[in-house]
Amino acid sequence: MRNIKKTAIGLAVLGLVLGAAATARAHETDPAPAATSHDLVQRSEGPGTLEGVLFYVFAATVLGSGLGICISRNIVRMAVYLFITLGGVASMYFLLMANFIGVIQLIVYAGGTLILLIFGVMLTSKSPWVRFEVKRGEMIAGGIVCSVLAAALLTVVLGAHWPTTEASVQGSTVAGFGHALMSTYLVPFEAVSVLLLVVMIGAALLARQE
Amino acid sequence: MFHIGLNHYLVVSTLLFVMGIFVMVTKRNAIGILIGVEMVLNGASLNLIAFNRYVAGGLPHMDGQVGSLFIIVLAAAEAALAVAICMNFYKNLNTVDVDRGDELAG
Amino acid sequence: MASMAVMVYRYFGPLIARIPGLILISAIVVTGLLVWAIWGAAGVVEHIAANPEVNGAARTAFGMPLTVAELHAGLSARGWMLVGLFQYLLWPLQSELIRDLLGLGAVFGLFNMFPVFAIWWERKVAGRIQSRMGPMRVGGWHGWAQSFADGVKLVCKEDIVPGAADKLLFRVAPYFAMVPALLAFLCLPFGTYWVFRNIDVALVFILAMLGVEVVGVIVAGWASNNKWSVYGAMREACQMVSYEIPMTTVLLVPVMAAGTLNMIDIGEAQSGGWHTWVAFSNPFAFIAFFTYFVASLASCKRAPFDLPESESELVAGFHTEYSGFRWALFFFAEYAAMFVVSGLAVTLFLGAWYTGLPPAVGAWVVGAIGDNWVAHGINGLLISGPVWFIAKCIFFVWVQIWIRWTLPRIRIDQVLYSCVQVMFPIALIALVGQALWMLIPMDNVVYRIFNILLSAIGLIVMAGIIGIAVYGWRHGKRMVGYLAVDQLPGA
Repeated sequence: MRNIKKTAIGLAVLGLVLGAAATARAHETDPAPAATSHDLVQRSEGPGTLEGVLFYVFAATVLGSGLGICISRNIVRMAVYLFITLGGVASMYFLLMANFIGVIQLIVYAGGTLILLIFGVMLTSKSPWVRFEVKRGEMIAGGIVCSVLAAALLTVVLGAHWPTTEASVQGSTVAGFGHALMSTYLVPFEAVSVLLLVVMIGAALLARQE
Repeated sequence: MFHIGLNHYLVVSTLLFVMGIFVMVTKRNAIGILIGVEMVLNGASLNLIAFNRYVAGGLPHMDGQVGSLFIIVLAAAEAALAVAICMNFYKNLNTVDVDRGDELAG
Repeated sequence: MASMAVMVYRYFGPLIARIPGLILISAIVVTGLLVWAIWGAAGVVEHIAANPEVNGAARTAFGMPLTVAELHAGLSARGWMLVGLFQYLLWPLQSELIRDLLGLGAVFGLFNMFPVFAIWWERKVAGRIQSRMGPMRVGGWHGWAQSFADGVKLVCKEDIVPGAADKLLFRVAPYFAMVPALLAFLCLPFGTYWVFRNIDVALVFILAMLGVEVVGVIVAGWASNNKWSVYGAMREACQMVSYEIPMTTVLLVPVMAAGTLNMIDIGEAQSGGWHTWVAFSNPFAFIAFFTYFVASLASCKRAPFDLPESESELVAGFHTEYSGFRWALFFFAEYAAMFVVSGLAVTLFLGAWYTGLPPAVGAWVVGAIGDNWVAHGINGLLISGPVWFIAKCIFFVWVQIWIRWTLPRIRIDQVLYSCVQVMFPIALIALVGQALWMLIPMDNVVYRIFNILLSAIGLIVMAGIIGIAVYGWRHGKRMVGYLAVDQLPGA
């Protein structure tokens, strides 16, 4: 049983690595103009069967670990499942041609916010096996409410007709980000800088030792 | 079935959002609630980027991605503050179970 | 399995002991040739597929554009020999998936082989610094097979999971530490075309992978259910996350100098010779290089920042409870991360895969021999090539090992003090200085003076290091300390 788990984990790791590689392949920029160009709509398979398979793999990862967060009763395991969810969402950002946002998600969320959460978990838990027993009634009520909410949202969202446009331009998003942040979104950018300063001061103030 | 459209991503982000709300509602651990908040924000962010790619058509339009960037930054900020609040909660009540924080209840 | 290993060693040991250097060099050369051959073959196949006379309209299995017969026709038209063999060898190379799998195999092989080499190298260097020889027995010539023997031993060890530990997290944590290091290799460029994936945010991707390793360490420490492991994990997380700030800030300096986050473009921007290297372009970049190197030492948990695995304090820090293959995974992650941060230092500051010889030399070679593969091979050795990238990375790994065995460990409060109050201001000064320096036009005399001065300093330091090393090696002397010994014991 242990070997099966190890093999499964190894295969999942390999799949994730291959997935990251393949998605980046679709959005590669070439160092020299003489090399062949790669579009998203390319080759003989149309818009990418591999992309489709990868989408299902990443979606399964995200939803599976999300389900793990819902079901798990151990807070550290919830944090680890959240890490896997964040990684899956970052992979989906790569699929959606948002490379920069994907790496920012990994740096800030998985490498920053998650560490903060895990520190919070470790500093506030008395032993690794403390579990808060959730009342059955609460879980069922929550489950019903959330299912109804999900059904309502899905009906609305899937029933609407969204005017889709095909992706037109390939290339690097980083320069576009720089332009956008410095021109259209300059005020939110500055506001967020001030907000981060305020948050730093506030968090240090709240958590100081009396 | 392998041609991925906008609806696929909307389903994933909606389910992630709803699971985040479930976690927020049912968990009694304060950090658990915070994890739910992170899931909700991730679902919303994924939604924004999916719309950026499929409706706005990708690269020259950056609005969805910039919005997602701000969501990530703001989520990090509020996670920092929320963890500080949980620390204070733990210091005062010696537990992190939010059901015990009912001193102000009527 | 241990008896099998002993049998193998008995039969093949005396044979292998006689030709170790030959095996190593031939392995490296064969791997390099294979990668180059596959890449070249894929290019040939693409050329054939693009030729409308050969490419039929029908699609073959797996959607690959050429049938074997068409490949035969295309290869014969180009005058290849052994077409009957090559048509079957080249046919699967049309599929991108198979090319990706072969490339992943090469990356994974490098990811595995470098720690094997680095562990042996570390033990030899540590031994020499401590007036002893290091491993000498396993495999014959200076114990080169020590790492392989260690690998066999680690795999044969009993698989212990602490009873009160969280079993799932305990088993999964080494993979959380190892996989990011592997993913970082995916976009680390070894040459202009020698990268598995050339994504436009490669630099930030590698930084993200180095940041995600922290999670693996924390989960490992927590899942061991061991107070000391948790202390080690918390200190390590604190240290790694803190040092990401000056590291990222200072890495913006070459990004500003080159104008892109794409590592290959940053490497190409340093192709003009020794003086075009980013570290020598202005004093702020020079400072930035040293700051980055120190911050990367902290990020790799190497001494003097090795509190997380402080061997004399916490038994073994966060991986106390790990033994056997899981411990080996952590160490693979650590040495691979050392290679990655050295690779970043080399690519971003020190000319990537270029030797520093001016491109006029390369042009002269091509002019003298002609524009064929001989000239390009010689240029690969003279001007640029993955060999030089790997050599420079090994040099920096050697410097990291050297620093580890020379300097004492510093305390956690000194670690954080030096991060926030020393390195972060220096990083900010370097960043602002570089931004202001870029306003100076490049033919200004001030720019030129600093450029030449710093290049000269770099050249002198490099020549000095090589000279001292060669002198000490030839005379068998140990060059440091009051107790200069004429002959190393056993030499």
